Amino acid sequence: MIDENLPRGSAGSRLKARELRLQQIRREAKEKGRIESAGVQPLNAPFPLASPGNGYYGMPTLKAPAWTWQVPVYFFTGGAAGASTVIASVAKATGADPRLIRDARLLAAIGSVISPALLVADLGMPSRFLNMLRVFKIQSPMSVGSWTLVIFSSSAVGTAFLASIEKKTGHANRTICNLENATEFVSLLSGVVLSTYTGVLIGATAIPVWHKNVGLLPLHFATSGMATASGLLELRGHENVALNSIGLATALGETAIGIIIELRRDPALRPLKEKKSGWLTRIGGLLSGPLPLLLRLLSLGGGQERRKKLRKAAAVSSVAGSVLTRFAWTQAGKASAKDPKIPLELPT
Amino acid sequence: MSTVTAFLTDSTLCIGCKACEVACKEWNQVPDNGFEWLGMSYDNTGSLGHSAWRHVKFVEEGATPGLGGNSPEVFSWGFSSDVCKHCENAGCLEACPTGAIVRTEFGGVFVQPDVCNGCAYCVVACPFGVVERNPDDGRAFKCTFCYDRQKQNLSPACATACPTESIKFGKIDHMREIARERMDELKRKGFEDVQLYDPVESSVGGIHAFFIVRGDPRTYNLPPTPEVPTIYLRRGWTSAALAAGLMIAGTLFAFLGGSRK
Repeated sequence: MIDENLPRGSAGSRLKARELRLQQIRREAKEKGRIESAGVQPLNAPFPLASPGNGYYGMPTLKAPAWTWQVPVYFFTGGAAGASTVIASVAKATGADPRLIRDARLLAAIGSVISPALLVADLGMPSRFLNMLRVFKIQSPMSVGSWTLVIFSSSAVGTAFLASIEKKTGHANRTICNLENATEFVSLLSGVVLSTYTGVLIGATAIPVWHKNVGLLPLHFATSGMATASGLLELRGHENVALNSIGLATALGETAIGIIIELRRDPALRPLKEKKSGWLTRIGGLLSGPLPLLLRLLSLGGGQERRKKLRKAAAVSSVAGSVLTRFAWTQAGKASAKDPKIPLELPT
Repeated sequence: MSTVTAFLTDSTLCIGCKACEVACKEWNQVPDNGFEWLGMSYDNTGSLGHSAWRHVKFVEEGATPGLGGNSPEVFSWGFSSDVCKHCENAGCLEACPTGAIVRTEFGGVFVQPDVCNGCAYCVVACPFGVVERNPDDGRAFKCTFCYDRQKQNLSPACATACPTESIKFGKIDHMREIARERMDELKRKGFEDVQLYDPVESSVGGIHAFFIVRGDPRTYNLPPTPEVPTIYLRRGWTSAALAAGLMIAGTLFAFLGGSRK
């Protein structure tokens, strides 16, 4: 029967030899593959045995995310870079301080150079990073994100470059001006996607703690990105009322998100409240929400010097909180994947 | 004529010989693993992964007077050979950004090793925890459904090597039919607790590797309602659109309010 199916020639005979080997494995298994006694228990037994209440020896059903530190850092840099273009575009449209526009664009450009580098470094085969652009798949947030990042990086760097030409030549060339507006618009559109899609990316997965928060994550990451962008610009020395308002609003938003997470009692959300990932989430949440909120509220009264100090402290807290938050979500995903009970719908 | 094929793994016939694991490793040249003593009965493979495309699970039922001739003194066993489920709606395939993961003409889900760039997004998209990135190689690996063998009209290596025909392979409709017949037969013989694991009701929409197991399938880490993660996309993108709108509107509000002061 085997011979009929196999191709003729030398390739066929090689295949036949390998096929015979499979028959040999089968024969050997039939003769010797017999189990007659229980397996040897380890010294610290009983650990979770295989049962309807434990699943298979308490082994996780899901695989933990393989992503290394580059990915949470990318969530941070990408989110901040995307938010910077929003600040740059709006600042320009409303006729704000030109130095603020320049710095916001620069921040976006820097972020747009670091972000792809981080993502490429995390790939198992970095030399194949261009394979990301082989296809466009709307149903894959990773594909949408890769294309967004490419468009964002080119347009953000392009905008910063065109602006620098304009500054060098000293006068506004009409063509360059139009081109700059176009790249800025593209970077704004791709920037808001970049700041938010990472929430969809981890939300649309099999990891319980992530997909249970799929509606919250894009809002959370967008808020966090805005807080970072405006915070970094404040730390650069811009004492802008609008930046403070953004800082206040995002701190308020992050506080609300923290409360929502704490109030929900779903056992799938335990990685956000327990152990290492829980601590990271809580510290990140405090630094992103209540602490900067308090500092900014305190800054409303008192002298100029005190206000400056408090707002800078709030900015530092927000940026640090944003970094920690991204690491917290990645860690929570890893912890969630290791919990065997949630995907098996077992009582916890 | 449909070329779609399927595995039917009948754990009531499995003797735990691991011939399927060996045959798979030899045929597909899968890297070694399982040199760690896990203490999980005779199972040192642990779970499916980048270097384990078949995995025999060992469930010790203890010395309970069992059906099928077990006397109280004799140990009762449950063995089941696990494999990639080749989902009808496959999370890994949908998630793959490079198009490396494709659906073959046999209905299997295949990772093209020459295209995969190791982004590891498929790893978190699989509701069964099958596909995994090999840290030494960098790419993601899983059961190929022996695409090369099926191309040559041969059964997958595991099914070929299985000495008890616990692993059956054939056209999917035929396999479903055989599964139904076998279920009836087992029930007639008094095995009231047999179950066919084929989650057609969930968003995965059925699988191409179904299992007959005794008792609760969760004992074998088979989730009752596996979901393909694309079902979360609508909520995610709605929230992203809302967030994007808020970013622009909020910033506009901040700057316009600021200029008035």
